[in-house]
Amino acid sequence: MAAPKYPGFDTLALHAGQSPDPATGSRAVPIYQTTSYVFRDTEHAASLFNMERAGHVYSRISNPTVAVLEERIAALEGGVGAIATASGQAALHLAVATLMGAGGHIVASSSLYGGSHNLLGYTLKRFGIETTFVSPRNPENFRKEIKSNTRLLFGETLGNPGLDVLDIPAVAAIAHQAKIPLLVDATFTTPYLMKPFELGADLLYHSATKFLGGHGVAIGGVLVDSGRFDWEASGKFAVLTAPYEGFHGMDFEEESGTRAFLLRARREGLRDFGACMAPMTAFQILQGVETLHLRMPRHVESTRKVVDFLKNNKQVGLIGYPELPDHPDHELAKKLLPKGAGAVFSFDIKGGRPAGKAFIEALRVFSHLANVGDAKSLVIHPATTTHYRMSDADLKKSGIAAGTVRLSIGLEDPQDLIEDLDRALKAASKI
Amino acid sequence: MQFSVNGKSAFAYTAAHELDPGKRTIVFIHGAGLDHSSFGLQSRYFGYHGWNVLALDLPGHGRSEGPPIPTIEAMAHWIFDALQNLKVEKAGIVGHSMGSLTALECAATQPGRVERIALLGTTYPMKVGEAFLEAARKNEQAAFDMETIWGHAAQVPLGGNPNPGMWMYGDTLARLARLAPGVLYNDLKACNDYASGLESAAKASCPALLILGARDVMTPPKTTKALEEKLKGAKKLTLPPSGHSLMAEAPDATLDALIEFFS
Repeated sequence: MAAPKYPGFDTLALHAGQSPDPATGSRAVPIYQTTSYVFRDTEHAASLFNMERAGHVYSRISNPTVAVLEERIAALEGGVGAIATASGQAALHLAVATLMGAGGHIVASSSLYGGSHNLLGYTLKRFGIETTFVSPRNPENFRKEIKSNTRLLFGETLGNPGLDVLDIPAVAAIAHQAKIPLLVDATFTTPYLMKPFELGADLLYHSATKFLGGHGVAIGGVLVDSGRFDWEASGKFAVLTAPYEGFHGMDFEEESGTRAFLLRARREGLRDFGACMAPMTAFQILQGVETLHLRMPRHVESTRKVVDFLKNNKQVGLIGYPELPDHPDHELAKKLLPKGAGAVFSFDIKGGRPAGKAFIEALRVFSHLANVGDAKSLVIHPATTTHYRMSDADLKKSGIAAGTVRLSIGLEDPQDLIEDLDRALKAASKI
Repeated sequence: MQFSVNGKSAFAYTAAHELDPGKRTIVFIHGAGLDHSSFGLQSRYFGYHGWNVLALDLPGHGRSEGPPIPTIEAMAHWIFDALQNLKVEKAGIVGHSMGSLTALECAATQPGRVERIALLGTTYPMKVGEAFLEAARKNEQAAFDMETIWGHAAQVPLGGNPNPGMWMYGDTLARLARLAPGVLYNDLKACNDYASGLESAAKASCPALLILGARDVMTPPKTTKALEEKLKGAKKLTLPPSGHSLMAEAPDATLDALIEFFS
């Protein structure tokens, strides 16, 4: 018998998780726009509720359309499974709330999306979960802050705002020595540019709103488990290894081994917190996933052209893109991101806040909004929008200069993007 | 439930129930490189429907202390030692793949203690290709890939998992990644070397059911004729959409067949 072969990434992006609809033959993923599912009989109902049979009960917990997206992303990432959530933030919350309660502690990269920083630094703190933030540039910083109650290390594959490249193999090794898992936010890289599980991460999530969808029409998240972390051997996760009264005394690890984390996350987290994904949203995000392998190379290719233009422009200061030799993580990026360092990056415009404002207002193709990963190119000036309350000194502490601009490079003709930037930079230079 | 067999720690999933001497007992024996959780849905059902359930982790698998047992005959001995320690006189046995050979051997060697046997994803002889064995002996990733890909029907990576949101390939690979080096090779070699299947089938006097996957490439249904002929009165059920991983690929149909057989 010939050596077996896995389907390629492109094939999985189009097919994983779905066979033609058994009821109608529909080739496209049907939108099961239903809240609930008719039981065959009372015995069948009881078996579904008690997890003796596979199937759907209520769309807050699972839905056939959403399940296709979940299985597809799990396949693309090489995980045991996935849970789609109402947003990327909901995915992060679900991961944390499944692993710990009050008294838990997280060591997180300080280079995070602002929403994640708020959740960990302020909101979860109100519920008794503490986070220590460390610079991700030196993995040993994570080790130094691990305490007896630490239950998770967390970072972004490409961090905000300076595109710090998380040294996943090194941080994962530190996590595993401490018998705790590493969770990464893989939104900026997608499974096309990086497979975090192959590098040692245990859990990951995406804001599917961004590159996975790519169209900017749907908010969603996906939490994926590698199934490789041994919760029982760790001894630190009674939430997964001790009987749980909230589910008839179930010991999730004993019940399902590699699937323990997702089982509890779905059966408790989705059931009780309820931040599920709607079937229409799953359908819309699936339309994006089907072309992920075509879009991401173009995103990267166009980004390189734009970066190349910017680095030769006198109005431009520092460019934070890891493919540039002067980026602090350039060598690490070459190792971990051989297909490219993504399509979101920041650069500094000379002239501070006024120049940044003039630049934004002169752009015609780039859209000024608070999002990334769209097929359309996007721009934001943190000092006048997301971080407008901060002084220049405080901005600097966050790694943001008064003239820092963040771009998300889309799929337009790259020459049009360059001309748009050129025009706007000229406008900024007149301030 | 953690207990002791021959001085070593062993594990049996009991569906969160204490063993009740007043109930019938059903034993689940997993396949090569796997563990009790491969019977997750089916074993849970029986545990909540009036049975004592013992979904065992064979030594070196899951939560049972190693080393793994090198032969099917010795695995059958271990099953009876486990039942002895748990004070279970008689049980029905469900075995998958390697576990099906063990169940067969149990039925042949101590027929008075085995009520019925359900053999899932089975055949005899259960020969393993040289390349597969060699890769497993070297503990190469290629062996895990073969186990994963050949262990499921061809449509699995492109089709939907009955268990919402789960990726069957990823699950199998994650289980195999947790194995100690050499365990998969031990299991595959035990299957390959087992030489008394037809004699044991002839000795087995209890009712038997074969549940086969129509798209199984590891133990293809067309190869079970000799085994069926020796297992007098055995029933056979072939599940059209399934490959070798019947409990995951066709969980409801597999459970329904077991319910009917053991009722």
